Amino acid sequence: MDWLNAIIQGVLLGGLYALFAAGLSLIFGVMRLVNIAHGDLIVLSAYLALTVTTALGLGPLLALVIVVPGMGLIGYTLQRAILNRTMGDDLLPPLLVTFGLSVIIQNALLIGYTADPQNLQAGAIEVASVAVGSIALGVMPLIVFGTAVVVIAGLQWMFYHTAIGRAFRATSDRQDVAQLMGLNRAHIFGLAMGLSLAVTALAGVFLGIRTSFDPAAGSARLIFGFEAVIIGGLGNLWGTLAGGVILGVAQTLGAKINPGYQILAGHIVFLTILAIRPRGLFPRIDG
Amino acid sequence: MPDPFLSIAGLNAHYGDFQALYDVSMRVDAGEVVAVIGANGAGKTTLLRSISGLLRNTPGEIRWRGAPIGGLRADQIAGRGIAMVPEGRLLFASLSVEENLVIGGQSGRKGPWTLARVYALFPVLKERRNQASSSLSGGQQQMVAIGRALMSNPDLVLMDEISLGLAPVIIRQIYEALPGIVGEGLTAVIVEQDISKALSVSGRVYCLQEGRVSLAGQSDTASREDISRAYFGI
Amino acid sequence: MTRMHVTRRTRLSTAALILMLPVLIALIAAPWWAGRADLRLMGEIALYMSLATLWNLLAGYAGLVSVGQQAYVGLGGYLFFALTMLAGIDPYAALPLAMLAGAVIAAPVAVLIFRLRGAYFAIGTWVMAEVFRLTFAQVSSLGGGSGTSLSASIVRGMADGRSGREAVAWWLALGAAVLVIGAVVLFLRSRQGVALTAIRDNELAARSLGIDIWRTKFIVYVVVGALTTLIGCLIFLQKLRISPDAAFSVNDWTAFVIFIVVIGGIGTIEGPIVGTLVFFALRETMADLGTLYLIALGLVAIVIMLKAPRGLWGFFRDRYNIEIFPLSRRVTGLTSKGS
Repeated sequence: MDWLNAIIQGVLLGGLYALFAAGLSLIFGVMRLVNIAHGDLIVLSAYLALTVTTALGLGPLLALVIVVPGMGLIGYTLQRAILNRTMGDDLLPPLLVTFGLSVIIQNALLIGYTADPQNLQAGAIEVASVAVGSIALGVMPLIVFGTAVVVIAGLQWMFYHTAIGRAFRATSDRQDVAQLMGLNRAHIFGLAMGLSLAVTALAGVFLGIRTSFDPAAGSARLIFGFEAVIIGGLGNLWGTLAGGVILGVAQTLGAKINPGYQILAGHIVFLTILAIRPRGLFPRIDG
Repeated sequence: MPDPFLSIAGLNAHYGDFQALYDVSMRVDAGEVVAVIGANGAGKTTLLRSISGLLRNTPGEIRWRGAPIGGLRADQIAGRGIAMVPEGRLLFASLSVEENLVIGGQSGRKGPWTLARVYALFPVLKERRNQASSSLSGGQQQMVAIGRALMSNPDLVLMDEISLGLAPVIIRQIYEALPGIVGEGLTAVIVEQDISKALSVSGRVYCLQEGRVSLAGQSDTASREDISRAYFGI
Repeated sequence: MTRMHVTRRTRLSTAALILMLPVLIALIAAPWWAGRADLRLMGEIALYMSLATLWNLLAGYAGLVSVGQQAYVGLGGYLFFALTMLAGIDPYAALPLAMLAGAVIAAPVAVLIFRLRGAYFAIGTWVMAEVFRLTFAQVSSLGGGSGTSLSASIVRGMADGRSGREAVAWWLALGAAVLVIGAVVLFLRSRQGVALTAIRDNELAARSLGIDIWRTKFIVYVVVGALTTLIGCLIFLQKLRISPDAAFSVNDWTAFVIFIVVIGGIGTIEGPIVGTLVFFALRETMADLGTLYLIALGLVAIVIMLKAPRGLWGFFRDRYNIEIFPLSRRVTGLTSKGS
């Protein structure tokens, strides 16, 4: 029963990891861009939420109303001001610029908030749980998992049933020809990044509620998100959810064996899948 | 003489260090169909890419309805009424046939061309409207590419080698549909390697040879000899 | 008809190479004219210059952008401590052994992560480094999560007296830098090296010439891994203490190295050398600013990547067409009116 409990907790944890990964997956699908600062932007969202909750006295879930559009705007601006200049065939510029951004964000957060671990207080809901048989399911993890499913379903719907989704897919297929249709590439990329960071904001707030965070926490989140994307397969959002779940379960099972093995277990599962199914489980596009 | 719709004066186009067009000048008047012929590598596609904005130029070298467009982005030029059927079709593989057509109308320009009208022109596309565009035959894909360009209700349509890689019977089919497209007074620049097709469908013809205009004349009076000389540069 | 020659040398490169000899002799004599703190600093510079040159070979020439080289730095440190303290091996013998072990470990790592491309490859290297870190944190005989110190007997066994040991540490660092830079120059002048540059410039064309891309990249990755492991040994020999966080620090062994190469100039030999000197000049003058210094570094790297992507040396090289290490071939004997 203990093991079943661990697996279920792992699945729910996977929802959080899928949220980490969804933004990463989205911009890779549309722009073939991998944002090394992604994890730090998740942490930045958590800090933003912290500031909003402290300044306005709102709960973190309510703060989402400000943080999500706020991060969306930051994403759009970041893409149009800086990252659009790195887009091209050479992979070094976007990688190194986002790496530089990562260092800047981490250290700016360090200056602004110090290295002390922080927490987002959501109140009673953090410890509330629902009993299913003999297993207690935390309400918060359920909400996070549910949100992940809703977000991914929403993104899929957007991609295949809206004009902007069509524009994203067309730009991803052939940038040049998409311009001939009257689509402003710079704007489309900006929108994609804005959307990615809006999802990231959700991930950051949920992270902050679940555990404590500090300026250096971004690297681990980037790695978890990346592992979820690779395990699930590139270009497939539902695959990313599956990847997140697999990673989450690997980690909780590893923690069951020995708490110090949690993260290492996730890495080992990731490497194993990389070895036997290099394109991931449900790939749609090639890296 | 009314002002030309499209006027190109002294266009020099480069790909990095390589110069592809040297001092190219031409004009297209409203309602005309102008053919541009030339051997492989002569610069025909470069010319169309320059007009459509995919290749940026000095602002003054290309004028569309009197305004210089050389420095504009391709999406801005598309918004001003110039559409292109690119060489090789270049459909969006992630989009269905219908989505490819619909996205052609993205810029929202008003005009006679609607989805219904494109389906009337190319009925076979209606049957396959929800299929992946990559599952169509070459000729059908060409129809989608043409339809996609028409959906933006352009004032000028650029067609780059629409017969490339297609069987002769398909080529004939597509060219038979052409009067239905340009008949309403749509202005067109048609790039072709097939000289007889190009001449049969156009009023005037330009020939490019190694990046330069080697011939400019009336399609019905240009002699085979002159064209051969201009084409091959002999 | 004039005779045309293909040559690598230019007047500047020949002059520079001739100058290098007295400079090298002066550097070897450093323990006699440099103070203790300066000698330590110079050792640090030499080691960073080696790391930067190696990262540049990997990323700038082989197109393998790794943000996980700290895996080998830490590996080198831990291997050196383990071989000397746990296996009782002489420290001078431990160095080449560790280097060999680094190569042996780098090979399967390469096979695994070469399945990833581009930026995903980069993050994959980071994951590997994390695996190394988490694994070594489990080894209690090397101090587990809090690390351990190099025992005094090992240190004393390397040379007599404190100044003797500091001279040895310097010579090892200098020797490593000369070895690394020399190896990289010789490699790039070789057929493999030209193949590498061809791959970097146009992979498809290179493949059609029969160049085995995977194999070339694999060899470069393993050799760089081995040499980085060696540098790692020397770094922690200097520090005398190791812990998982210090050994596998992304900041110290990757961020700084990347900034050095970006600022100096990717894809040139002189770039990492220039970059290291600039980096340390900045560090010595801005040392007190701590976190702000890192932010400034990040900003400078971004600006350079956007405005002058070939770095300081790249800028000068393009402008004035200069090269110190004779790598490119030039044709001499052309007259001005064409050949």
